Amino acid sequence: MKLSRRSFLKLSGMTATAAALTGLGFEVKAAAAAPLRIANAEETTTICPYCGVGCGIVCHSLGGKVVNCEGDPDHPINEGTLCSKGASLYQVADNELRLTKVKYRAPGSDRWEEKSWDWAIEEIAKRVKQTRDETMVHKEANGTIVNRTDGIAHLGSACIDNEEAYAAIKLMRALGLVYVDHCARL
Amino acid sequence: MTNGWVDIKHTDVALIIGSNPAENHPISFKWLLDAREKRGAKLIHMDPRFGRTSAVADHWAPLRPGTDIPFIGGMINYIIENNLMHHDYVVNYTNATFMVSDDFDFQDGLFTGYDEARRRYTDRSSWSYELDENGVPRRDWTMTHPRSVFQLLKKHFARYDVDTVCATTGTPKDKYLEVVRTYAGTGAPDKVGTIMYAMGTTQHTVGTQNVRSYAILQLLLGNVGRPGGGVQALRGKSNVQGATDMAILYHIIPGYMRVPRVSMATLADYFGAAVPSTNDPDSVNYWKNMPKFLVSLLKAWYGDKATPENDFGYDWLPKLQDGKDASHIGIFEDMYEGKIQGLFCVGQNPAVGGPNAKKERKALTKLKWMVVADIFECDSAVFWKSPGIDPKDVETEVFLLPTAASMEKQGTVSNSARWLQWRYAAQQPPGDARSDLKIFTHLVNKIKELYAGSTDPKDEPVLNLTWNYGDPPSAEEVLKEIHGYDLKTGKPVLNFTRLMDDGSTSCGNWIYSGCFTEDGVNLTKRRNGEDPGGIGIFPQWTWAWPVNRRIAYNRCSADVNGQPWDPARAPFRWDASQGRWIMYDVPDFVAGVPPQQSAKSPFIMRLEGVGCLFSRELNEGPFPEHYEPWETPIANAFSSVQLNPAVQLWGEADNAQGSASEFPIIGTTFRVTEHWQSGTMTRNTPWLAELMPEVFVEISPQLAQEKGIQNGDAVLVTTARADLEAKAAVTSRIAPMTIHGREHHVIAVPWHYGFAGYITGGPNKQRTYAANELTAHIGDANTTIPEYKAFLCDIRKVT
Repeated sequence: MKLSRRSFLKLSGMTATAAALTGLGFEVKAAAAAPLRIANAEETTTICPYCGVGCGIVCHSLGGKVVNCEGDPDHPINEGTLCSKGASLYQVADNELRLTKVKYRAPGSDRWEEKSWDWAIEEIAKRVKQTRDETMVHKEANGTIVNRTDGIAHLGSACIDNEEAYAAIKLMRALGLVYVDHCARL
Repeated sequence: MTNGWVDIKHTDVALIIGSNPAENHPISFKWLLDAREKRGAKLIHMDPRFGRTSAVADHWAPLRPGTDIPFIGGMINYIIENNLMHHDYVVNYTNATFMVSDDFDFQDGLFTGYDEARRRYTDRSSWSYELDENGVPRRDWTMTHPRSVFQLLKKHFARYDVDTVCATTGTPKDKYLEVVRTYAGTGAPDKVGTIMYAMGTTQHTVGTQNVRSYAILQLLLGNVGRPGGGVQALRGKSNVQGATDMAILYHIIPGYMRVPRVSMATLADYFGAAVPSTNDPDSVNYWKNMPKFLVSLLKAWYGDKATPENDFGYDWLPKLQDGKDASHIGIFEDMYEGKIQGLFCVGQNPAVGGPNAKKERKALTKLKWMVVADIFECDSAVFWKSPGIDPKDVETEVFLLPTAASMEKQGTVSNSARWLQWRYAAQQPPGDARSDLKIFTHLVNKIKELYAGSTDPKDEPVLNLTWNYGDPPSAEEVLKEIHGYDLKTGKPVLNFTRLMDDGSTSCGNWIYSGCFTEDGVNLTKRRNGEDPGGIGIFPQWTWAWPVNRRIAYNRCSADVNGQPWDPARAPFRWDASQGRWIMYDVPDFVAGVPPQQSAKSPFIMRLEGVGCLFSRELNEGPFPEHYEPWETPIANAFSSVQLNPAVQLWGEADNAQGSASEFPIIGTTFRVTEHWQSGTMTRNTPWLAELMPEVFVEISPQLAQEKGIQNGDAVLVTTARADLEAKAAVTSRIAPMTIHGREHHVIAVPWHYGFAGYITGGPNKQRTYAANELTAHIGDANTTIPEYKAFLCDIRKVT
């Protein structure tokens, strides 16, 4: 039988329980704690969003909500261990400070207004088009086609997925941006 | 990283410089300690502060911020003088034997070809090899000719004698020699050492040359391409590797191809300028395949609209002005001048993380509009009400978009070891938050809608852009596009070796091509933890670029005849009886030829085919040379050239340079385990915020006594640009340094704090606690990475 490290841990736990039942002479049931709240949870694997080591993390979800995050014991880099940041990932998943609404700040205003996605996407697209149309250089004086706008810049991100980073650069280059950078430069 | 995290367990000596892995990459320490416990490895830490890495290390050597090149240069000198290098490796796998042009010279801090008025090396013709009648570099296999790279290297670094070095770096001589002797021991053929660095290395005006000096050291000692060896950039963000690979950077496009410039008007111009060529028949010169990669990229972006007749849509890529630096600092300088109307700021927080953050906050007020996408309300999103700025005066419209966190979407991130690891969604994002991929998809659709029907040629790149990921968009479809297709069959390609330059293949990023199988199986999801050969490769755990190779330059793990330098650490061994390699990693060489042939080009991406002790590509010259930081109290002991002669000087407005008479103390920044970067996530995570709630400044007991400061006092750190209020942490973790016989104080501040969020770093709502307000707009001469790590300041008690 081939065992992953995690299934080995589960198995050795069971063996220990059996040993307790037969050898130690006290009632295991009485000593047992309440059932783990992750006992019936769904497990998904993820990678820590903090530094570049890329530690594996297991998220436990109940009813579609993350209830626990812990180091992935099968992951060859961290073998279940995490630093203080990785170990606190649960508080990113369940955090009342998370942004949940689109917000807009008008010129000169001292406050946010809540908005819908449809409104925001439309308004941002209009700003992009207006600035682009005002600043786009299709050809240089010598006739070279350059399709460049110096009117818009893009920063970020090392915090988004590869597929999102690819989508970002594909869109921004198509719009004509040359001012593109992210914190690898910092 | 050339190697991987688990691979660190194979090292004999780890040289940790410009980084503090015990605190900033804690899990890497698991493998450092494994190396020490199981193989008796030695750990060396070189750092201005005695941090937790130093506390555990076998040797700690302090060095003044900004003096890596003297420190490493002295090591190079010692190794050459005492003949401690890995001779066979140097002869065969580096350009030590190459002959350099007769015109090459170096005098008083400057190489040949410098144009003082333009602050640039405008004539680099002398930085070249001497060629034979066939146009192939001449070599002196004895390395005794005065114009051989080896002799030039020896001459250059002979000036870095131990006494001058230690007087410059402030390292006690006995500690310095301890470090040099320990690390030089890895020059024995069966020994290997690794170098681990991070932002303490790169955040200097000489940052790139700092890294170059490590590469030279590793090549001399024969440490590159071997288990337990290499040069490890400890990446600070979970996907900074991936975002770099995807080229969210002004100077490249996906897959490390140069950004098109105005002078590259056509595709042929681009290839003429960017594709390297050589007459050397032994050089693999893999970059000669660049046309296949670029044409396939254009096919991925422009689909059927990209045809041979229209240069595959090359015109639609924006062309950057020649000589223009559109890096982070360059962007903020132009923004400050009012030249930029709109900004997308995605998962980034320049109001805290940017250099001279005060100037950058001001620059943001010049924008007409700004889009911020983040999971928390970061400091930059509320720059318009930040300290010193009145919202009434700020006309900028700000759109703040709530995004999904890492465990609320699917997709991959690339760690430092180049592993692409798939993440699954564990829950829905809260409220209206959504993934960045969905935001970009809806935005591109809306922009295309606004441009629909336009016949203006400037709108072609938008209207012709492909975007076939569905709605909601599938990250897996995006990754397949990145991997690439055979457009004749419609199936995924095998990998980048099958890409073509005739438009018959598409590929969004050639270095990631191979992350799917031809049958569409996503290899980044693999979780098979088997480790054949027991060398920590884990070839079936997720997938690494390129082509699942885990150790780069791995031909160098064995000698010319294919026999491993150390049989106990052997990813490759040539079996002469079978006429083939026994392999545990994907070869970084042509495996189908005899080992003596592949040994001629073990660095397949290099035109020379070998590792470069002498490099023609960096802006300050072929060898690293010490120059002082932009702000320093010290006169350069190695030449009369004080500052890196190739750095760009930026606008003086709101970017004053401090003098040592007014600001005599050397300042630097650092990070703590409990916080991450600009703090957007960790300052809003209560457990972490409560562990490390306040900004502090580490000062030595000697400085505290001089200034009348007690531990815990409120102090003000001042520079020519800004001041920072912080709590004094009086600690012997930081000590005065003796430089050229005079004592100098050094202080250090963590830079994670700001002015927004659950905690800001201090009690006063009218202040920002961002240490980067103290730093300046001055950057490295090649990358323009800001010089955060060395500045001049003063400190006083707040009364």
